[in-house]
Amino acid sequence: MSESKGSFGVAGSGDTSGYSGLVRTKVTPGSSERPFGGYFDEVADELERAFPEFGAAIEKVVIDRNELTLYVKRDHLRAVALTLRNTESLRFEMCMGVNGVHYPDEKDRELHAVYELLSLTHNRRVRLEVALPDSDPHLPSLVEVWGGVNWHERETFDMFGIIFDGHPGLTRILMPDDWQGHPQRKDYPLGGIPVEYKGATIPPPSERRTYR
Amino acid sequence: MGLEEKLPSGVVLTSVEKLAGYMRKSSLWPATFGLACCAIEMMAAGAGRYDLARFGMEVFRASPRQADLMIVAGRVSNKMAPVLRQIYDQMAAPKWVIAMGACASSGGMFNNYAIVQGVDHIVPVDIYLPGCPPRPEMLMDAILKLHENIGDAKLGSNRERVIREVEAAALAAKPTIQITGLLS
Repeated sequence: MSESKGSFGVAGSGDTSGYSGLVRTKVTPGSSERPFGGYFDEVADELERAFPEFGAAIEKVVIDRNELTLYVKRDHLRAVALTLRNTESLRFEMCMGVNGVHYPDEKDRELHAVYELLSLTHNRRVRLEVALPDSDPHLPSLVEVWGGVNWHERETFDMFGIIFDGHPGLTRILMPDDWQGHPQRKDYPLGGIPVEYKGATIPPPSERRTYR
Repeated sequence: MGLEEKLPSGVVLTSVEKLAGYMRKSSLWPATFGLACCAIEMMAAGAGRYDLARFGMEVFRASPRQADLMIVAGRVSNKMAPVLRQIYDQMAAPKWVIAMGACASSGGMFNNYAIVQGVDHIVPVDIYLPGCPPRPEMLMDAILKLHENIGDAKLGSNRERVIREVEAAALAAKPTIQITGLLS
């Protein structure tokens, strides 16, 4: 849990944003206890039955805003994904995509990859989240499990620098091929140029504000 | 002078420049180059309600080799920049460029690492059209002003002289940062 004050990183009397009095608490939801409610118990039970290493593979189960998130250790990601897809009582046939998240403050867990799964057979959704250190940003590719994540993994690589081992062609998809850095990381500068007006210069946004 | 006297009476003689200008401006074919939301307004300008067909330019050519005018409608990303330049290079001369909207003219609201801060970094621009996005009327106004320019365009040595004059005026102009006051 952390607290932030104001907005746009402006402090002191120079704050003309109107948000100087704003205080927000950020809460990271912790591990949930059974019963999870809804179909979440059933999904967890079935996964535990079909995947005996459940305890070693799943760091924690989080129910937040009525959504189920399984935090998976990356060594077991591929096996968990295959089990979720193949087991008859689970049948998560679709992966809606891969998202990257950057938490620069979480030591050795800076990068997260998030997979949204959908079971068309049972009309259920599950989210898998994998944390990995910035110093070793490797993940097994899930292209062979769900072919549709091919471009999503390329995008996550492009934007966050997560390297998906075993991907058939892991190249940049949005930025130019010779681009340096990964733009969606929190420490990536926004860039921009100072804008000249008549008799005045306005510095680029990244020097006027910090985005959080 | 000579030529006029030898022509049969009744032939209206006009300068070659005016004739060429009239031909060029009356069938200006734009290249299809929609990049973002401005492209929606550009399409609206081409469709029935605003009807660019009135000015002989309803055919948006998919091939740059058949186009005279590039309407850069939207923000140009760094990745798109070489593509845009290649399409411009593939257009046959004479060719013109309209930077449509704030983003194409100056980068607009996207002052960041990914967007080219004005398409004039890549291609020479004839008309800058402000607006976010500009309405079809504004696009048509820009097109008509460009038509006037094209109609008055000089040829041969006259053209070279005009280019030199424009260049000299641009070099002598005061940079924006040195200008003070609202209207000067």
